[in-house]
Amino acid sequence: MSKKYAKHNIWTVLLVLALGFVLVLSGCGGSGEGAKPEAGQPSGGAGEGVQDTLIYGRGGDSVALDPAIVTDGESLKITHQVFDTLLEYKDGTTIIQPGLAESWEVSPDGLIYTFKLRQGVKFHDGTDFNAEAVVFNFERWADPKSPYKYEGDSFDYYDSMFGSEESRVIKSVKALDANTVQFTLSKPQAPFLQNLAMATFGIASPKAVQEKKADFKSNPVGTGPFVFKEWKRNDSITLEKNPTYWKEGQPKLAKVIVRSIPDNTARFNALQNGEIDLMDDMNPDDVKQLEGNSELVKIERPSFNVAYIGFNLKKKTFNNPKVRQALNHAVNKQAIIDALFAGQAKPAVNPMPPTLWGYNDSIQDYAYDLNKAKALLAEAGFPNGLPEPLTFYAMPVSRPYMPDGKKVAEAIQADFEKIGVKVNIQSPEWATYLDDLKGGEKDDLYMLGWNGDNGDPDNFLYTLLDKDTIPGNNRSFYVNEELHKILVKAQTEVDQDKRAELYKQAQEIIKKDAPWIPLVHTTPVMAGKTTLKGYVPSPTGSESLGNVYFE
Amino acid sequence: MNAYFLKRLAVLIPVLLGMTLIVFSIIHAIPGDPAETILGDKATEQSKQALREQLGLDKPWLQQYGTYLGELAHGDLGDSIRTRQPIAREMVPYLAATLELTVASMFFAVVVGMNAGIVSAWKRNSWFDYVSMVIALVGVSMPIFWLGLMEQWIFANKLHWLPSIGRMNSRDPVEAVTHLAIIDAIIGGRMDQVWTVIKHLILPSIALGTIPMAVIARITRSSMLEVMDADYIRTARAKGLASFQVVYKHALKNAAIPVLTVVGLQTGSLLGGAVLTETIFAWPGIGRYIFEAISSRDYPVIQSGILIIAFLFVIINLIVDLLYAVLDRRIHYQ
Repeated sequence: MSKKYAKHNIWTVLLVLALGFVLVLSGCGGSGEGAKPEAGQPSGGAGEGVQDTLIYGRGGDSVALDPAIVTDGESLKITHQVFDTLLEYKDGTTIIQPGLAESWEVSPDGLIYTFKLRQGVKFHDGTDFNAEAVVFNFERWADPKSPYKYEGDSFDYYDSMFGSEESRVIKSVKALDANTVQFTLSKPQAPFLQNLAMATFGIASPKAVQEKKADFKSNPVGTGPFVFKEWKRNDSITLEKNPTYWKEGQPKLAKVIVRSIPDNTARFNALQNGEIDLMDDMNPDDVKQLEGNSELVKIERPSFNVAYIGFNLKKKTFNNPKVRQALNHAVNKQAIIDALFAGQAKPAVNPMPPTLWGYNDSIQDYAYDLNKAKALLAEAGFPNGLPEPLTFYAMPVSRPYMPDGKKVAEAIQADFEKIGVKVNIQSPEWATYLDDLKGGEKDDLYMLGWNGDNGDPDNFLYTLLDKDTIPGNNRSFYVNEELHKILVKAQTEVDQDKRAELYKQAQEIIKKDAPWIPLVHTTPVMAGKTTLKGYVPSPTGSESLGNVYFE
Repeated sequence: MNAYFLKRLAVLIPVLLGMTLIVFSIIHAIPGDPAETILGDKATEQSKQALREQLGLDKPWLQQYGTYLGELAHGDLGDSIRTRQPIAREMVPYLAATLELTVASMFFAVVVGMNAGIVSAWKRNSWFDYVSMVIALVGVSMPIFWLGLMEQWIFANKLHWLPSIGRMNSRDPVEAVTHLAIIDAIIGGRMDQVWTVIKHLILPSIALGTIPMAVIARITRSSMLEVMDADYIRTARAKGLASFQVVYKHALKNAAIPVLTVVGLQTGSLLGGAVLTETIFAWPGIGRYIFEAISSRDYPVIQSGILIIAFLFVIINLIVDLLYAVLDRRIHYQ
């Protein structure tokens, strides 16, 4: 009897287990809204059937929401929605156009800029935007002892664009009347207007800064198309429509939710599942799958970066420009792009992207030509290749301009091997990596890159290759006095055509000297739903979502 | 019993102190200039120097450690460098999110793992035994990130049964009170969201719970097999007790001690091992909090995060030890 009973019991238990399992699963699918729980469905009662909430998925969270104290792109993506700047970049470009300032005049000597401000603009807290507010913001950034600068904060972008405390470019900012503000410079600065349009110089509500104190950086108040609502760290930031925005017909969305989803593939899964509507940073490998999905569209951010191999000119191997030119001839850029960038990049010829004004089209790249490379090495006194192996620093982290540094380094290692140059690849952890390059003792050659900040060639050529930026961003220790003169002259020249000419000359010098192997300009790939309209990605990495809507 | 309890508690103090020392030393052994990494390429030398002073990086090591302990004693974990918020306050939502995920994962692991182990032992060498032990073997060797991405692909993208990321419907979120999403949804009277929150928990907790589930299934099986051969089980059967009762009441109670040990250890390792799961499922938990802190070299957060996890691990072990004493009265005499 007991045996029979036992058998009965096993089946009961198994049945219960199976039933439980089925219940769990069916429950998940059964309730209908489980299917595409978050997306697809229009949210809020606003438009009949038309979606009016955008969920934007990205890889990391913001650091802070006060644009003046941050330098990271993820923070500026949010502040771009909450704040306006005096000038703006035209959609998808770095051409300046009026923003909070409607018009401006420049004195002939390039020292006095007078801006007419837009009238009737209000901050999100209801206070008026006016000349006093502009003065308040600029004084806050310029004063290292400002009462509105809190422990650990620094206005780094202000310092780097308008000179450090000892050499401020902006001497004074004055409100001439409620809607006129005047900047007096201590010396002409050619990219001045270009700089003012950077998202980091968003104008904050003085009242909010004064009242919220240190909390302002997590409760921003500006005049932008969206009002800051809530920040759940490492999860999401919620923005709501500014109903009284000054731009006609903007914003079109009722709500924007920006979510951090660190894993690229997981983020793409979420997009395919309809849980987000727009995403940053596609894996190159996922692009094929994206192109095969008719509900999604590929969005390319204009290429505005450069990835390069730098030679450490402190090392005597690289004293001879012929060695540097030889190695330039030895890298097969197109093969690397096809294999490791999934085609989402272009070979780089110069240290700045071709979309930027002042780019020198007439420069020919060092062709991939192993015989020529060997001949140049022989001329430099190394007929059998270099005697010693070189230390090649390859990036340990992924960057928009370099998704996988180690693999690219291995491809280059194989290229170099063919002309008798052996390299040992090293990838120390990122902080050590940067420290070592700055010291210039450990590496012989290294890999790095740069993304443009403000649409001025100065931000590439001077920042990365002038002798003034040693130690700093010039990690090749490249010094050329003639180049230095040209770059400094270009900084103070006010006429843009003349500047463009100077930058073209500069690129010729750099090409000849070959302190780098310019490698690629990548095109960051994003993806969105096909119903998403009006999104124009900016080359600088952040843009206003005021014009975005769903069909 | 009380003496045992007190003795166990007293042991905690040197353990915790040792932990602070280890965590503190490891962090300071990492090379590279933290000020440069934190502030980035575009920072000025001036602001880097200011940050070094603020962090006390210019002071001697021992002095830094002393200050750290002093603040710790007051419950002050310091401020995050990245966000400049007090860590003790900032950590609460992350801790709650991880707690929720860990509990759900362990619930899955214990319920499925123990039952599979019990039934396997009960019906030794049956097809169920073979199948579940093969599953356990696969489960224990499955990379979490792969499993997570496959789950998303199958259950979210293809079948549309379950959401793939996050903790709740973010278009219509529940207000955070306790930061435990289920409880918050109940407090807010949002029954629709309770269900949504549970659905969001299913995929990540299966991903996170699979390894413990497999381990628990194997331990339960072998432990049960040992007990089932014991005399008192034969006696129980001879008395004519139902198999179900024999297995689930008599045998399980004595087989439970090794299982309990494993459950405790696995729960502890889940806390630390949640990084991958939290990354893939965009789950804002303590694993990601520490991960982000490491990538931005947020010293105080790394220290505090590891310390909290170590602390929880110790507490879980304490609970397990105390449960031994409850399950087996002989233990506290040892």
